[in-house]
Amino acid sequence: MTLSSLLRQTLAIFAILLFSLPAAAETIRFAFLELDKDVRYDEKRSFHRNLSQPFGQPFAGAEVAMRESRFVGQALKLEFALERVKGADAAALLAQVNRLQAAGVRYFLVDAPAEVVAELAKATRGKEMLLFNVSAADDVLRQEQCQPHLFHTLPNHAMQTDAMAQYLVSRKWRSVLLLEGPLAADKLLGAAFEASAKRFGLKVVDKRSFVLSNDPRQRDQGNALLLTGGADHDVVFVADSDGEFARNLPYRTVRPRPVVGSEGLVAEAWHWAWERHGAPQLSSRMQKQAERQPSSPDWAAWIAIKAVVEAVVRTDNAPFAKLVSYISGDEITIDGFKGNRLGFRAWDRQLRQPILLATHNAVIERAPIQGFLHQQNNMDTLGFDQRDSRCKP
Amino acid sequence: MRLKSLSAALVAGVLLSLPMSNVLAKGTGQIFVSSENDNAVTVLDGKTYAVVKTIPTGERPRDMKLSANGEKLFVIASNSERVDVIDIAKLEVERSIEVGEDPEMFAFSPDSKRFYVSMEEDAKVSVVDVAAGKVVAEIEVGEEPEGVMMSPDGKRLYVTSEVANMVHVIDTATNKITANIVVGNRPRRFAATPDSSEIWVTNELGGSVTIIDATKNEIKGTVSFAPKGFRADDVTPVGITMTRDGKTAYVTLGRANHFAVVDVASRTVKDYVLVGQRAWGVTLSRDESRLFVVNGLSDDMSIVDTKTNKVLRSVPVGRVPHTAVIDD
Repeated sequence: MTLSSLLRQTLAIFAILLFSLPAAAETIRFAFLELDKDVRYDEKRSFHRNLSQPFGQPFAGAEVAMRESRFVGQALKLEFALERVKGADAAALLAQVNRLQAAGVRYFLVDAPAEVVAELAKATRGKEMLLFNVSAADDVLRQEQCQPHLFHTLPNHAMQTDAMAQYLVSRKWRSVLLLEGPLAADKLLGAAFEASAKRFGLKVVDKRSFVLSNDPRQRDQGNALLLTGGADHDVVFVADSDGEFARNLPYRTVRPRPVVGSEGLVAEAWHWAWERHGAPQLSSRMQKQAERQPSSPDWAAWIAIKAVVEAVVRTDNAPFAKLVSYISGDEITIDGFKGNRLGFRAWDRQLRQPILLATHNAVIERAPIQGFLHQQNNMDTLGFDQRDSRCKP
Repeated sequence: MRLKSLSAALVAGVLLSLPMSNVLAKGTGQIFVSSENDNAVTVLDGKTYAVVKTIPTGERPRDMKLSANGEKLFVIASNSERVDVIDIAKLEVERSIEVGEDPEMFAFSPDSKRFYVSMEEDAKVSVVDVAAGKVVAEIEVGEEPEGVMMSPDGKRLYVTSEVANMVHVIDTATNKITANIVVGNRPRRFAATPDSSEIWVTNELGGSVTIIDATKNEIKGTVSFAPKGFRADDVTPVGITMTRDGKTAYVTLGRANHFAVVDVASRTVKDYVLVGQRAWGVTLSRDESRLFVVNGLSDDMSIVDTKTNKVLRSVPVGRVPHTAVIDD
């Protein structure tokens, strides 16, 4: 083969490539960060389908949102891409984030416990990028540890316990026995509920510590009967981040009193049994993707992508700074399939949203509950309103 | 002879200019209301509004339309995955057409030989041959398609996707999407001006109506709604219909429990009228003197005098009423 014929062939191939590729569509890239090993998704744990625990890893939620974006991508001549990235710890994830950010990725979903989220957010402050926390409910991430580029789509503990407190007030179940576990995360839940009880006028008649143990020396802390005797109460609130104790509490109390908090009736971002505002179709898409029913982090991952896509669409893919101000502004309408238009709180970047109060197979109520009013937006009766915020980004 | 052909032409002209309704002869005057939770269509007397009959249908009946000759009422039975055909003379279901999982709303081709139905669960529009009673084509669209409207010439089909926030324009000759138009959030249903130059689409979460220029497939305007005493969050437009002269549009506002009367030319809201809870479905009588609004969460239907925009009365219908069709 002569050089010129080789050249001609190469040119021809090049021309074919040029014409067969769609006119260089811009790609909006997302990265989904997760740990190699995350105990929250341990199969031994998710096997029991504890009400306040995720049913599985929320990556599936992000995938559903990507698929839903294909037609708007076509209309805007854009492409959306999602990359799944794993790391052993915060340092490993940070290295990946730096690499991807340098390669043009601007939107990162973080599926990791609060300590990892905080570390990533602190280390990336000032970079041209956004982090979306999709699975850490810890209040501190929205308060002292907040960062200007850290957004939260999962409701925090205070939103959950405020929703529960509103529900208890609406039922006139005003006196509560609080059972709190030994883990640091249990104390956070317990403290959040105590703050909500105070805010909405519930009475915590007693607060007792439980342990997961059959040790006779710790009987008074391990036995449901011994833990739920004494002063009368309307309802038992159990603060159990692990879930095993809470799972065994309903129907084992001294008095016939409902159990709420980490079991019985829980306050969640999403529940597969929610059936209004197009919810069954969304749950069905998630079920097909994940091969299990969806839970709150799936929804949180899904809506993080939906929020970015919405901003891209409405600003006609504006430059990053403008797009971020649209995402965080009041004008955005994010559709969470919960009936309200959602948006991020300006003071701490938390997605304001209704909370579903649910049992194992039914949504009993949606908070904010009728009658709990706010001067601007009733959803701000849940969690940290501007005046409660300790976020100084 | 000349007179005759002239009147025929007139009739044809009127027929062609009707964007949605396809009624030919004068009907029984009866009002049909589908009830999602009763698995039935309630039939009301057109004068007394008393219940004449309750016709059992498949599960979760939703959208309904009369066939071109006015003899049959087609009813979507979403959970039974079929369309039931009610014989108007006998007031009973005479046949059912299987269409697949979760059909929601539909539109006929101008000759009523085919209908196009949005399949909420599967993100597609199914094309159904009425005589053969089967799905002959499927068109992939954005998630949760809902509103479906045919252009009067039968060439273009408009479909909303509630999740993709867009209107798809489909060429019915090829069943291919020819345009994707991004509109407001959670777009639901359609109306069109008599010349089909403007397509109006309700945005439930956006709280507005987007007006599309049908020749350019571009957005040319928006109508927003702000009934007194409601926050923007509570204004959720869903149902829409337009008078035949294209002067007035009626838009139901869902959670705001009102409908809006809109001047089409100036795109301004002339009035807000209080009806029942979660007002969605809206239908005009043939003489356009009455407007029927079905209230999904108060299980009733408001009957409105369109001259005064006053509710004449509210009549109880089945549980979770979806659509009213008037056989007049």
